[in-house]
Amino acid sequence: MHIPDGFLDTKTAVTTVVLAAAGVGIALRRVKREITPRTAPLMGLAAAFVFVAQMLNFPVAGGTSGHLMGSVLAVVLLGPSAGVIVLTSVLVVQSLLFADGGILALGANVLNMAVVGSVGGYTVYSVVRRLITGDRGRLLAAAFAAWCSTVLASIFCAGELAWSGTVTWGLGFPAMANVHMVIGVGEALITAMVIAAVGRMRPDLLRLQSGAPGNGGYVNLVAYGLVMTAGLLIFVVPFGSPWPDGLEKVAATLGFESRAISPPVSSPLLDYQTPGIGSAAMATIMAGLIGSVIVFGLSWILARSLTTGRAHDTSPEKQNGAD
Amino acid sequence: MTLHRKNRTVQTNFLDRYSRLQSPLHRSPASWKLLAALTLVIVTVGVPRPSWLQFAFTAVLLIVIALISTIPLWFLLKRLILLEPFVLGVAILTLFRPGGVEVFVLILVKSTLCLFTMILLSNSTPFSELLAVLRRLHVPAVLITTLALMYRYLFVLIDEAERMKRARLSRTFAPQRARTWISLATVIGQLFVRSTERAERIFQAMTARGWK
Repeated sequence: MHIPDGFLDTKTAVTTVVLAAAGVGIALRRVKREITPRTAPLMGLAAAFVFVAQMLNFPVAGGTSGHLMGSVLAVVLLGPSAGVIVLTSVLVVQSLLFADGGILALGANVLNMAVVGSVGGYTVYSVVRRLITGDRGRLLAAAFAAWCSTVLASIFCAGELAWSGTVTWGLGFPAMANVHMVIGVGEALITAMVIAAVGRMRPDLLRLQSGAPGNGGYVNLVAYGLVMTAGLLIFVVPFGSPWPDGLEKVAATLGFESRAISPPVSSPLLDYQTPGIGSAAMATIMAGLIGSVIVFGLSWILARSLTTGRAHDTSPEKQNGAD
Repeated sequence: MTLHRKNRTVQTNFLDRYSRLQSPLHRSPASWKLLAALTLVIVTVGVPRPSWLQFAFTAVLLIVIALISTIPLWFLLKRLILLEPFVLGVAILTLFRPGGVEVFVLILVKSTLCLFTMILLSNSTPFSELLAVLRRLHVPAVLITTLALMYRYLFVLIDEAERMKRARLSRTFAPQRARTWISLATVIGQLFVRSTERAERIFQAMTARGWK
């Protein structure tokens, strides 16, 4: 999802830098205020950890492999503000040291993955966490939030590309959202499994964050909310809100049948077109709604199997710790 | 699996292998290089009426700089080819619009030029120097500290992940997909636990040496 240079125009680049700076600024302020000196090295190490975790590929179907984004993982393990800073650091190093993700697009990438991915993911996480408590609730919430944050970040990404005039919304939104609904399942799985693994090895590390929701004061919450809303208003709403008009416009400018869009990855939901709703964007939204219900259910099953299987889980992996 | 491992080893030492060479480009101040790279990228991306002449000029300029830098060209090319799929992946979406081929080619050229600029920058400037520039630009200290520590321990953690993977490979047969996922998650989880413990030790070492 790293946007390279050349895809965003100047106004989008500037706007995303401003929004990203605002988001990271809030995170920095909050981290400085509420976190002990010993967290400074922890954030550096956590950033290195997320970077390395992103390098470890896991096999997906058909010889392809995916890797972690890590927003929700960082947020669950470290809390929302530290998560934002950790992800930002990862993106800065990737851009400056590896040219992975553009330098002008850095604002957009930080906004999508570090700010929206983390804060959005954390919001979902803490809401689900309130509903379902305990270890199972944590895993379920983490898995579902990981999926949501991946999809959310990809929607922002599509909005930025559309605003730049690079890839039209009618094409970019279904393509990005659909692909990331599939990728997000991998993200959800691995996030929950990693958290379960950490819980097995050092449950105390998880307990540090379990009391976290809302302990940063409402000012920060509102500030994050403002940044997210501004982003939504600029990048997503203009394309999605005046539905009939917007869709007609998209269809006219595109000049092709929405059916022509076939996302490169095949999955049951990808080809999903609700009969009677002829638009790809609409179908994507439907697929998203149905998908989120399915993912929530799957997360629940995953969380159950990870928590109940723990007692008799004497798999050889455990010995890896001893190395 | 062996292929994976081979990749990893390569990645460990490609990180910024050539950033400490001795060449006019390497010796020039990091702030200039950062500014020059930014300017080049902004001009390449932001120019309202793009012309092939301008892009050709930029390309020649970059190649000249690359020759001055004495970084092996094959290395730069390899980096470029490694990163090009990401550009292609997004660019392909532009093909589906009217007049898409033109936009596609334009974006591809622009992105490739920017990529090359950034590859040159990162391979001619040690990261610590870039950090010093960021510090002078008043980037908040927390972020700088995080970045510095991250860069410092990146290699250590990559090694550690490497060792855990090797330990796993030496004890298991070719695993099924589900098993691979479980053990990967365990490796990542273990890596986090070790990172936390290491952070604790670093904190103690830093405090012992008077860090505040």
